[in-house]
Amino acid sequence: MAAEGGHGPQTSGDYISHHLQNLQVCKDETGQWVWNACAGNPMAINVDSMFWSVLLGLVFCFMFWRVARKSSVGKPTKFQAAVEIIVEFVDSSVKDTFHGTSRLIAPLGLTIFVWVFLMNLMDLVPVDWIPMASAAVGIPYMKVVPSTDVNITFGMSIAVFFLIIFYTIKNKGITGFIGELTLHPIAPPTKGFGLIASPFIILFNFILESVALLAKPVSLSLRLFGNMFAGELIFILIALLGLWQLPLHFGWAVFHVLIVTLQAFIFMMLTIVYLSLASESH
Amino acid sequence: MDINMTLIGQTIAMIVFVWFCMKFIWPPILSALEERQQQIEEGLAAADKSQEKLVEAQAHADEIVNEARQQATGILDQAHARANEIVADGKDAGVKERERQLAAAKAEIEQEANKAREELRGQVSAIAIASAEKILKREIDDKAHDDILGKLAQEI
Repeated sequence: MAAEGGHGPQTSGDYISHHLQNLQVCKDETGQWVWNACAGNPMAINVDSMFWSVLLGLVFCFMFWRVARKSSVGKPTKFQAAVEIIVEFVDSSVKDTFHGTSRLIAPLGLTIFVWVFLMNLMDLVPVDWIPMASAAVGIPYMKVVPSTDVNITFGMSIAVFFLIIFYTIKNKGITGFIGELTLHPIAPPTKGFGLIASPFIILFNFILESVALLAKPVSLSLRLFGNMFAGELIFILIALLGLWQLPLHFGWAVFHVLIVTLQAFIFMMLTIVYLSLASESH
Repeated sequence: MDINMTLIGQTIAMIVFVWFCMKFIWPPILSALEERQQQIEEGLAAADKSQEKLVEAQAHADEIVNEARQQATGILDQAHARANEIVADGKDAGVKERERQLAAAKAEIEQEANKAREELRGQVSAIAIASAEKILKREIDDKAHDDILGKLAQEI
């Protein structure tokens, strides 16, 4: 399989599925590390997704850290000004939505926004450049947009999910958390004849509210994943068209710049909203 | 498209990056921003204050200029008055001097006239005596009639 990565597979179906294949590594039954034979193995690791994701995270940290280290009050450089615009944008978004005090939420929002933006931005690199370059050095698969990998988006939304639970318990206590899951939206009767119905109402509330709670991380990650995956797929389809791909690619790239920014913003904004919901009592 | 360990890896990576951002990126950038905001605020306040001070100083300067102008007018008036006074004094002195000199001249003239009259009287009395002597050569004794002649000279 690795050998044919060179100049693109024959059929368009092959071409597409090749582009959508992660570079994976896992241990097989004998305990050997094997590459790209891990379909369905839950212990596999998508090396390309992890690599690009961590690399872009490091790019973010390095860029912003350099600005933070040398930030001057009186005479900011142009780059510092650009970084400060982003920081202020995130800060004002957080302040508009989240009314408590938290040292975590604003940096969390900034990290999510810039990191997701950078990961999405990889979508604008022409779809063949990096896969072909890596094929030339012997790496058969290379999926360069981490946010088209559902593992990546779920990884982030699960962290947000645990933060939601953490903030709920921190601000409302364990009982508050359980109460939120069981006593809404229908308040169970506490006295009289209706007491018999209470367990059923609580069960009903619990099912409803747990679904609502679980839907938060799922929708958060699937929204980002779906948008980026579809965008990437369309880039791949356009790349199949030969010469016609040039104007089409340009048009779609322009449109995609919007999606890239918007999805990063939505991911950040929803994270902030969920966390502020978790820390405010109704 | 399967869920696998990448998910855990990404979660760990995210925790690390968020921690890094919270520790080393967010606080210094935000403190720089806030410090700058404060400096701008202070600068604007200082500009307002100096504007006020400028207006105040302008008013003060106007006041001083007005005062100076008034003083100058006063001095000028005084000088005029003094000059008039000096001129008047000069005139007075001139008049007095003239009068004094006139009086002196009159007195001198009078004196001269008196002197001349005295002399003339003396001479007339001498002529009278001489003529009387010539007439009364022998009968009249000089000494016996000297007082009569003196009285006569006085009456002339």
